[in-house]
Order: sequence, then C-alpha cells, then structure tokens
Amino acid sequence: MSLILSSAPHVRSKANTQRLMLNVIIALLPSLAAGIYYFGWRAALVVGVSVASAVAAEFIWQKLSRQKVRVYDLSAVVTGLLLGLIVPPSAPWWMMIIGSFFAIMVVKQLFGGIGDNFLNPALAARALLLASWPALMTSGYNIGKFADATSSATPLLAGASYMDLLLGNVTGAIGETCKIAILLGFIWLLVTRTIRFEIPAAILGTAALLGWALGYDPLTTVLSGGLLFGAVFMATDYVTTPMRWEARALYAVGVGIIVVLIRKFGSYPEGVTYAILLMNIAGPLFDRIPMHRIYGYTKAKKEGK
Amino acid sequence: MNVILFMISCILTNNFIFNKFLGCCPFLGVSSKVETAASMGIAVTFVMTIASLFAWMVNAWVLVPLELEYMQTIAFILIIAGLVQFVEMFMKKSMPALYSALGIYLPLITTNCAVLGVATLNVKEGYNLLFSVLNGTFSALGFLLAIVLMAGVRERLESSKIPKCMKGFPISLVTAGLMAMAFMGFNGLVKL
Amino acid sequence: MSEKKPNVGKVFLNGIITENPTFRLVLGTCPTLAVTTSAINGLGMGAAATFVLLGSNIVISALRKIIPDKVRIPAFIVVICMFVTIIQLVMQAYLPSLYESLGIFLPLIVVNCIILGRAEAFASKNPVIASAFDGLGMGIGFTLALTLIGCIRELLGNGSVFGINLLGAGYQPMLLMILPAGGFLVFGLLLGIINALTNRKKGDAK
Repeated sequence: MSLILSSAPHVRSKANTQRLMLNVIIALLPSLAAGIYYFGWRAALVVGVSVASAVAAEFIWQKLSRQKVRVYDLSAVVTGLLLGLIVPPSAPWWMMIIGSFFAIMVVKQLFGGIGDNFLNPALAARALLLASWPALMTSGYNIGKFADATSSATPLLAGASYMDLLLGNVTGAIGETCKIAILLGFIWLLVTRTIRFEIPAAILGTAALLGWALGYDPLTTVLSGGLLFGAVFMATDYVTTPMRWEARALYAVGVGIIVVLIRKFGSYPEGVTYAILLMNIAGPLFDRIPMHRIYGYTKAKKEGK
Repeated sequence: MNVILFMISCILTNNFIFNKFLGCCPFLGVSSKVETAASMGIAVTFVMTIASLFAWMVNAWVLVPLELEYMQTIAFILIIAGLVQFVEMFMKKSMPALYSALGIYLPLITTNCAVLGVATLNVKEGYNLLFSVLNGTFSALGFLLAIVLMAGVRERLESSKIPKCMKGFPISLVTAGLMAMAFMGFNGLVKL
Repeated sequence: MSEKKPNVGKVFLNGIITENPTFRLVLGTCPTLAVTTSAINGLGMGAAATFVLLGSNIVISALRKIIPDKVRIPAFIVVICMFVTIIQLVMQAYLPSLYESLGIFLPLIVVNCIILGRAEAFASKNPVIASAFDGLGMGIGFTLALTLIGCIRELLGNGSVFGINLLGAGYQPMLLMILPAGGFLVFGLLLGIINALTNRKKGDAK
C-alpha cells in the first residue's frame, strides 16, 4: 500500500497529484476572493470550515485505516474548497462539516480513495446537503453587499444584465457568482495544461443551444447560476470523467442538456450539480459503448458454449 | 401529452428502484456485469408488461364483479407464476436465441417484488387498462435503466481499493444511495 | 442442519444473530429499505413478517411429506399468501394507520425472499417445532434489524424515535434520511460497520 497514485491515466504531463491540485487551488482563488468581496467575512468562514474539515476527515480516515497519511497531496483541500464555493454564504458551520466529512469519507474513501471515487465528492456532498436541508441551501444569499437586496433566493435572475452576471453582482453561491473570476481560473488551468477546454466548451455550447431552443437567452443561460463554475471546475475532474473521447463528448453534451431541462422543468432552481452527478454515473457506460462491438464480447461467449 | 409525461415519470421521477424500492433484490444481486444486468432488465420489462395486462383484466373482470378483492394478492401471484412459466415455455420453443439469453432470469422474476408490486400499484392507483400496461412497461424500463447504470458503476468499482468491510452488498447499497441522490435532480421534472 | 433433531435454542438464535436475514444474509432488501422511515413502521413490518414466517414455516413443515417436490414452490407461495392475506385483513381492521403506511409492502411480503427462502431451506426439511422456532428466530432477527434501521433514520431525519422527540426543538432534521437515498446509505453504512466489527472480532480470536 505504499504505492503513490497519480489520479488518472490520461494525464500526460509528468506533474504529480500535488502539483495538479495546487494548480486547481490557484485557479479557485479569484472566485474565493470575489466571494469574500461580495459576501464578506461570513463567506471566508464557510470556506475555511469546509477546507479544514475536509482535510481533517482525510487525515482521520487515513490514520484509522492505518494507511499512509497523504493529506499533503492537497486533494482534500481542493474538495473542501470546491464544496465551500458552491454553498450559500450563510451556510451554517455544522452543515459544512457534515458535507466535507461525507465528501471525503463516504464518497471518496469508502470507494477506495483518490482516483477511485465514481462521483465528484464536492458535488455529491452538495446534493446531500440540498436534499437534507433544502431551506438552508437555497436561501441566505442576502448578506455582505447584498444585505439590502430584496431579491429572492433563486440565483437564476432573468433581469440581470450581462455586466452584472459577469462581475458577479447577483446573488448566488459563494464562488459561483463572479464569472470573470471563474474565467480567470479557467485560463490558468488551460495555460498550465491542468485541464483541456473541450469538456467545458461542449457543456456550455450544448446548454446555450438548448436554452436558446427553449426560449432562454443563450448568453444568460451560460452566465447564470452555477453552470460556468460547474463546467470549469467540476465536470473536468479527472477521476469522474470518461476516458474515451467519444464518451467524453456524450458526457459533456449530456450535462448541458440535463442542466437546461432541470432549469426549465424541474423543481430545483439549478441543475448543474445533478447534471454532472448523473453523467458521472453514466460515464462508465459511455466508456463501453464504442468498445462493445470491437470486442464482440457476447458473440464470443455464445460460440464458446 | 399526458401519456408521454406519464411514461417519463415512470422512468425518471418515480423510478422503481430509487423512489419505490421495488425490485431491489435483483438490482443488487444481478448488477455486477452490464450484459447480465441488461438481460435481466429486458426480461423484467417483458414480464411486467404482460403481468400488468393480465392482472388488470383479472382484477376488473373477475375479482371486482365477484367481490373477491381480498383474494387479490393470491390471484396476482398465481397469475405471475403462471405467466412466467408460460413465457418460459413459449420462449424455449419459438425463440430459442432469446431464451438462451434470458432464460435463467425468468424463474427469478416470479419472486421479484417489482412484478407483484406493479400489479398491486395499478389497482391501488385505479389506473385504467392503458395506464396499467404503460405503468408496467415504463416502470420496468426505469428498472432497466437503473440496473444497467448500476452495473456500469460496479464494473468500474471492481478495480477500486474498497475497504474490506464494505465489499459486496455494503458498497452496492451506498452506490445505490448516491445514485438515488443524483436521481433526485429529476424531481418535479414531470408534473402530472 | 441435516441431523434429525436440530437444537431448538440454537435454531432460534441462528435467525437473530448468526444468520440474521437482514445483516448477514441480506435478504428482503426491498421492505428493509422502503418501510424503515420510522421506528414504528420498521417494527410493524417486522411483526407482520414474523407472523407470516411462523405460520408458513409451521404449515409447510407439517405438509412437507404431502407436497410433491415438483410443485413445491407454487405450493409454498400459496401457503405464504394465505398468511399474508390474513395479516392484511387483520391489520386493515385493527391498525388502519400502520396498514396505510406500510402500503403495498404488506402484500409484497408474499415475495419476500426471506420467507420463501426459509420454507425452502428449513421448513421443508425439518420437523414442526424446529421450523416454528426457525421462523420465529428469523422473524425476530428481521424485526430487530428493521427497527434498528427505522430508529436511526427517524432519529436523524425527524429528531425522534417511536414518535418521541429526542433531539430537542433546535435540531435541524436531516431530511435525506427519510428519503429513499437515505435508506440505501444508512443500510449500506450499517452493513459496513457490522462487517468491520465482526472482522475485528475474528481477528482477535485468531
């Protein structure tokens, strides 16, 4: 068990996990800064608790299961940071602890730890919190610069201008509001070759197209809610995206379609979390589709009888 | 339009596994390989469709007129057992290819609670003949979707370093729980 | 199991601990997951299943030499179904609210694999008394497991156990626990914990 794994087979650079994770953390800093600027110290506290408890959960698990403690690979920090940035700024501290422990212990470690989880831990934790405490997860946006705002809970404001959406002058989860900050992070990830642009581009393109077909403004579709954040930071997770490029295309298009369908018809205001989780689940199947015929697996079996 | 929405709700929002806990035994037991899971799902779809049809007819035309509703459970289980037997024989004779693929799953289906469940639910919800059959077919397709997705994930988990105490059923149940959580995203997608 | 006179006490405890149908054999998962949103539902389901198990085991064991081997499964199902119908009618008359909350899972006891499994594995091969204790033990094991899961889910999801509020008014109920996803998660984690504990015990014994 002394093996040190890099997180996925398709990373071509020599970078180790720690280096990749550090790049993601750097890319998330602008969003964190914007969140603190808009929502005040409360946002910093939420993210801080989330990161600290994620690291603690990782440490405790590795100690208890007598594994080598590998919190220095920073993957727990990334999970905590991601979770902290996709919750409302006034999320209670105990909720963040539950979310982080669930993400690290149940979603990641029970399935074998880094590289083996089939769901994105931060998103699964958000889904858990949203299902458990829906009221706390869909309100509490009106603090900091929005203390006087009368706007309702839904982050998908129809009336907001492009400029407001870009700057983050709309309510929403801590890290999801300021689109410029997210784009800065995206550029950093591209420049450092941490991720490639295809998956986010395909998700956003599909969502814009389908949104337009269903009567939404395409640019607003892309810029509102958590779509941009999810497409850049969540859907590109190495471990939970399919391996083959055809499968990745299906995955990305699927995310785009489900996001818009949930926004239009679902009972939740935003569907990015669920869209990516559902495609995480379908990913292993997508990976098999083209392979299937090549192997001729079932045929061979029959002949064997 | 109503019919289409009903079909979608059977597959996604009211999924048999993730919302109603019907058919969990095969869902957990026969989902380690995608191919077998798909075969099981197709066999269940086949049986649930005919079972819904026959159970509805027996209930509406025999049990209700004779005021024998309390015999419902026993009547339905006999119908299902008989049907499964009949389907098995019929398949063996006229569709040997299909039989060799699905045959071994058929006897298991008699005790799959999804089949008796859908027949009972149809009566409880007061569906007419069309909706009963649709409920049978599309709920079964929802089961098929769930079991195939589950098998895909489980095949992936095979190479994972899962803690010893979680191997087998425990990790499958947790996986199912996480999948059910993701399926909650479809909540409200269909308003009937 | 094949000896002529099985130890009745051992048979009884077998179902509760060593071969607990829920935690060790993992049978009857559907009702285990579906009705355990509260402790009382778990208990009610367990009691109903225990009644059916006891009755069907006794009858099947008594008829074990009469039922031809070829039609034994349909015959077992008919016997089980008879007892399910009885408990259904009794519950409808005397416990209408429980009857309502168990919903279709009450008639579905017919296809609960625990009951058919015990009929096939035990009652069809053993004398009446032993079969009765086997049914009772299995039923109680099932009931305890369901009640335990029901307690956990009700406590976390509603702050109460058997309807009695334990966690105070300030507790924010974790709604997920009484939703389907929570059922899968609680059952899975509980099984994992039990496995871990038994593994450790075995490790100590060595």
